[in-house]
Amino acid sequence: MKLFLFVAVLLAAPLVAPVISPAISPFAPPAALALQPDEILKDPALEARAREISKELRCLVCQNQSIDDSDATLARDLRILVRDRLTAGDTDTETVNFIVERYGDFVLLRPPFKNSTLILWISPVVIFLIGIIGVTLWHRRRRVAVAAPVVPLTADERARVDALLAEKPEQ
Amino acid sequence: MLRPLTLIPVAIFAVLAVLFSVYLWQVGPGGKDISQIPSAMINKPAPQFNLPAIKNLPETLKIPSLTTADLKGKVSLVNVWASWCPPCRIEHPVLMTLADRGVTIYGINYKDRPEDAVRFLTQLGNPFKQIGVDSSGRTSIDWGVYGYPETFIVDAAGRIRYRHVGQIHPHQLESLILPLLKQAAQPAADAAKAGASKTGTSKTGAAKVGNS
Repeated sequence: MKLFLFVAVLLAAPLVAPVISPAISPFAPPAALALQPDEILKDPALEARAREISKELRCLVCQNQSIDDSDATLARDLRILVRDRLTAGDTDTETVNFIVERYGDFVLLRPPFKNSTLILWISPVVIFLIGIIGVTLWHRRRRVAVAAPVVPLTADERARVDALLAEKPEQ
Repeated sequence: MLRPLTLIPVAIFAVLAVLFSVYLWQVGPGGKDISQIPSAMINKPAPQFNLPAIKNLPETLKIPSLTTADLKGKVSLVNVWASWCPPCRIEHPVLMTLADRGVTIYGINYKDRPEDAVRFLTQLGNPFKQIGVDSSGRTSIDWGVYGYPETFIVDAAGRIRYRHVGQIHPHQLESLILPLLKQAAQPAADAAKAGASKTGTSKTGAAKVGNS
């Protein structure tokens, strides 16, 4: 039981960490936005959609930041482009597709599920299953070992144990 | 005595070690640049644009403006550059060599000041037949540009055949750019192949070259 609790906590940790870490980490990035005031749309609903889309698009210069986070010129231009598309009446999908047509799937921070990304999406599940099988096998074997019948001491062994217990400590 | 189960972690380690060392060897010095992103524009028509010429060009430097229509009819290079971009400056002699060899080079001048662009071309020479000024950066986005310089090979039909991120090194002239230009100059064979359900052939060819 203790083991399963341990595994459960391990599995839950990544889910909890992102929620608590910004508050406790002394190295948390400042709340400053890359987004400049002149980029923000007047329509709050449209602006909210633009923010959501921007968070999903990779800045191709920094490559590990979204365009919403990045101060790169290209990120700014792409943020403005996203807003222009939305203002022109594009749906969220159309806007994202517009950028994917130019920069490819790499621009998406969430890789799409297709043949070329199959290993990427399937491997965590496979590794997880292998882990579960491993833990189960190990646990079962251990239970068998614990449940093995207790063999009583022979008279000879009993005498040696008694002698050792009767010995006085050195000091 | 080793049980077969104990060998599993060792086997996993061995497989991963081999995988990682192959990958490290590939990205090692002179290897492939993993920050380079494959272009989504390969074998697609060049994007539509109509860019003005550089403002206040001197009499000695009359370079006309650039539109998509200009790219058709002949294999050409399209180079996205700026005077403020150091690799562009380093790359410039290579472009001059290409122009001397009769290669048609078009320029897209990205977010530059006209006086800086003019000074750059006056100092280093002008390899460009035509230059369009992309002051908003929108046209560069349409080309899928994310670093400067970037160079595209456009075939006679106006389709993008190859994209080079970063400067073209002098040694890549003979080994990469000139062969690709030659390859792009055979539209008939390629178009026939593409028509005969072999669109993949040229794609894999370009991908291979991109990785080398």
